Amino acid sequence: MTALRALLVRDLRIALRIGGGAMMGVLFFLTVVTLMPFAIGPDLALLRRIGPAILWIGALLASLLALDRLFAADHDDGSLDLLLMGRAPVELAVAVKGLAHWIATGLPLVVAAPILGLFLNLEPAGLGAVVLTLLVGTPALTFTGLIGAALATALRRGGLLLPVLVLPLTVPVLIFGVAASNAAVVGPVPFGTPFTILCALTLTSLVVGPFAAGATLRHGME
Amino acid sequence: MDLIGSDLACVRGQREVFSGLGFRVAGGEALLLVGPNGAGKSSLLRLIAGLVHRAAGTLTLDGGDPELSVPEQAHYLGHQDALKPSLTVTENLAFWIDWLGGDRAALAAALEAVALAEIADLPAGYLSAGQRRRLSIARLVAVSRPVWLLDEPTSALDVASQARLAALMKAHLAGGGLLVAATHGPLGLDDARELRLGGTA
Repeated sequence: MTALRALLVRDLRIALRIGGGAMMGVLFFLTVVTLMPFAIGPDLALLRRIGPAILWIGALLASLLALDRLFAADHDDGSLDLLLMGRAPVELAVAVKGLAHWIATGLPLVVAAPILGLFLNLEPAGLGAVVLTLLVGTPALTFTGLIGAALATALRRGGLLLPVLVLPLTVPVLIFGVAASNAAVVGPVPFGTPFTILCALTLTSLVVGPFAAGATLRHGME
Repeated sequence: MDLIGSDLACVRGQREVFSGLGFRVAGGEALLLVGPNGAGKSSLLRLIAGLVHRAAGTLTLDGGDPELSVPEQAHYLGHQDALKPSLTVTENLAFWIDWLGGDRAALAAALEAVALAEIADLPAGYLSAGQRRRLSIARLVAVSRPVWLLDEPTSALDVASQARLAALMKAHLAGGGLLVAATHGPLGLDDARELRLGGTA
């Protein structure tokens, strides 16, 4: 437990210090969401209707932004070797790194969402729904992304490979995240149905992500 | 305590680096891996550390903790220093102590042993190559593990630091530990055995 807690604290410290890139995702999120009304025009009814989708797409892209460095940085400076030689299972180490990444980059998106939602003319009920779905859904994005991050590291190809691999896997999360938010804003489906599926997707990714990423890292070392 | 490898083979990038390689290192003994560039010295060290897939052969640590694998009882000092530039010297070392299962109480003494105590609060990004190397070595001192795997441990070290490293290695061997080191120059150890890789190996 000491080892895993130390890893969590280390990753959070690195992310929050200068050059750590924790705030980059939020800035990107802000940029995407602010530009949307300029592109779509000042149609308040339309903005309200597609607001949840814009917020979700912004959050999805922002959460992928720093992901390719998650293991690559540790691989490049030799830390990954020592992480694999620790007494904690690789899967747990991977999960803890995912958790730290989510706290540093995913949680700020959830916090920023209600403020950005105001730009999109969302009502309080809609804002609440978007924040709740993002809170539940962004861990799924991060933990699914772990697989892509591990593959990008094992194959020594960063950059483009990650979004190409990860984005298709995140489509179900996007669908049910937006569906649940829309259900709260316009109906007619009850909020609970898509939201429960979103929760299930997140729980699945919390298990599958670390195991797949751990296996990738172990297999990919050479 | 004996580290025994027998009939080891290593394949990297579909090229056989070595095969049929065997060695035995007893507690208190040092084994130096020598040979030309590309002979497989680093590959053998990484193979023992569990970081390279073992194509064939067995690797055991007799007299070690049966609950733990060989890599879990070994220190690996590779070409890279495994330091985060934005963390301070102390934070870097403290993390590795926690991760590798050591005791934080050993931190100050370990920094003292590599003569980095005076810059303990400096971010590692400001260290020179030699200082980074010494901080990496401090990890070996701070956490007690019986097997040391050292890949060119003296690179970037000045004369005084090389002497300090030699003293640390001797202390490790005197304590019953063993070490395997890839090297091109003398390490300052008195009676180390050599394993020559390349050519016939």
